Amino acid sequence: MDILVEYGDVLARGFLHTIELFLLAGVGSLVLGTVLATLRVSPVPALRAVGTGYVTLLRNTPLTLVFFFFVFAYPKLELLQFPFFTAAVIALTIYTSAFVCEVLRSGINTVPVGQAEAARSIGLGFAQSLTNVILPQAFRAVVPPMVSVLIALLKNTTVAAGFSVNEVGSVIPFLNEEGEPTTNAFIWIAVGFLILVIPLTLVQRSFEKRWSVAR
Amino acid sequence: MGAKGLRLGAVLAATLALALTGCGREGAPGGGEPQVQQNVAQNVQVPGSPTFDRIKQRGRVTIGVKEDQPGLGFRDPVTGQYSGFDIEIARLAAAQLGLDPNTQIDYKPIPSTAREQALATGEVDYYVGTYTINDKRKEQVGFAGPYFMAGQDVLVRKDNTDITGPETLKGKKVCSATGSTPIQRVKEQQLTEPQNIVEFQRYSECVQQLLDGQIDAVTTDDAILKGYAAQDPDKLKVVGKTFSQEPYGIGVAKDDIALRNKINDVLEQAAKSGEWKRVYDATLGKSGTGAEPPPVDRY
Repeated sequence: MDILVEYGDVLARGFLHTIELFLLAGVGSLVLGTVLATLRVSPVPALRAVGTGYVTLLRNTPLTLVFFFFVFAYPKLELLQFPFFTAAVIALTIYTSAFVCEVLRSGINTVPVGQAEAARSIGLGFAQSLTNVILPQAFRAVVPPMVSVLIALLKNTTVAAGFSVNEVGSVIPFLNEEGEPTTNAFIWIAVGFLILVIPLTLVQRSFEKRWSVAR
Repeated sequence: MGAKGLRLGAVLAATLALALTGCGREGAPGGGEPQVQQNVAQNVQVPGSPTFDRIKQRGRVTIGVKEDQPGLGFRDPVTGQYSGFDIEIARLAAAQLGLDPNTQIDYKPIPSTAREQALATGEVDYYVGTYTINDKRKEQVGFAGPYFMAGQDVLVRKDNTDITGPETLKGKKVCSATGSTPIQRVKEQQLTEPQNIVEFQRYSECVQQLLDGQIDAVTTDDAILKGYAAQDPDKLKVVGKTFSQEPYGIGVAKDDIALRNKINDVLEQAAKSGEWKRVYDATLGKSGTGAEPPPVDRY
């Protein structure tokens, strides 16, 4: 308990940055992931190839390497420069969106072909049938795996500690240098993550119940 | 002759290149293998030390070290050999405990955050790796020593003339290891603005960013910085104004006072006999700066 009293502000600031990273990267990867999933099911072979290439590349690259690229290699290209926090959001977003894409694509596969055919027969184009008929059903089907991806994202934010972003992962070396037993720090950070993940799980439950598709 | 001569020329050129790079490495504290010969003590007794009993029974000693700090504790990624000042101190202690430092040591790289656990669980018998002695840590582990007195300093690019000490860091991008004492000091004393503070997991990443021009200075203990400066003397320099006292100790299990006393005896003996000096000159001393063994603190 001593740690909470003495270093409460450090922990709180760390978790605040963790939450910021999670929310920004979460929204970003849901959007980018949806775009990628659309590419992967589109009727144009070139677009499908782009989507497949992206997912193959990012899903097979460790997150740390993605971070490494943005912090150590990207600046050498001398393009637009951005602060470490932005770099962390970008790295997390492009990494997680590959997983979001695949989850969503599996959802699209659960929608019966008849739905797409029916949409086309009433005169909807590809974009219209996707956004009005297929994607809404796909999202409903993949609530549990999508939340799992988001929980993974939340935990992945700790990688940013190694790249000059002071989220909660950087609290452990800090407390260690202060001479606090690392085990205690780990326990409180684990408790903090529990507090963050449980609401996500509750959201998942409620969406599952409300959105379940009767087939 | 023609083809043969050419081939010979190529081999010579390659050998020369190897020799040249080899020379560069040898001069620098960092690469290579342990250099100081140690006499192994005979019939060593450390009554009442559970750690020593364990070492005796095993016939080997496990020493926790750093593997990524050139000049102090560094593991050559090619040969797997450890070298540096901390390694030599670890070898010295092992020899005085009656173990052959060339054949009976197992090195175990332990990162800073896991040191206390490694000592508490007996994963390592003792730890030598830029371990600053402080009162909070004494509640968790025992410290023999200090065997070296380091101080916080600043590493900059060779051509930099703006940064001459801690008071000239304002407006400069300053880097150190995540959550480390040096970067905490920079924050507390407001040596630079918060947005100019950069933290990476390893000092080598800071040094890389310094060489790339992304940051202006790396700050931590002078001993660590000297190791990097000696690796790349054409591009890097240590400013040379220390602004803290970091006594490096040998970490032992907290309740093993017998072993702590024994290692303290070894360090005092080494300081008196000139052994400490030999170890220093063969490693960190190559950076061109001198040092004296600090008095041992028996608490």
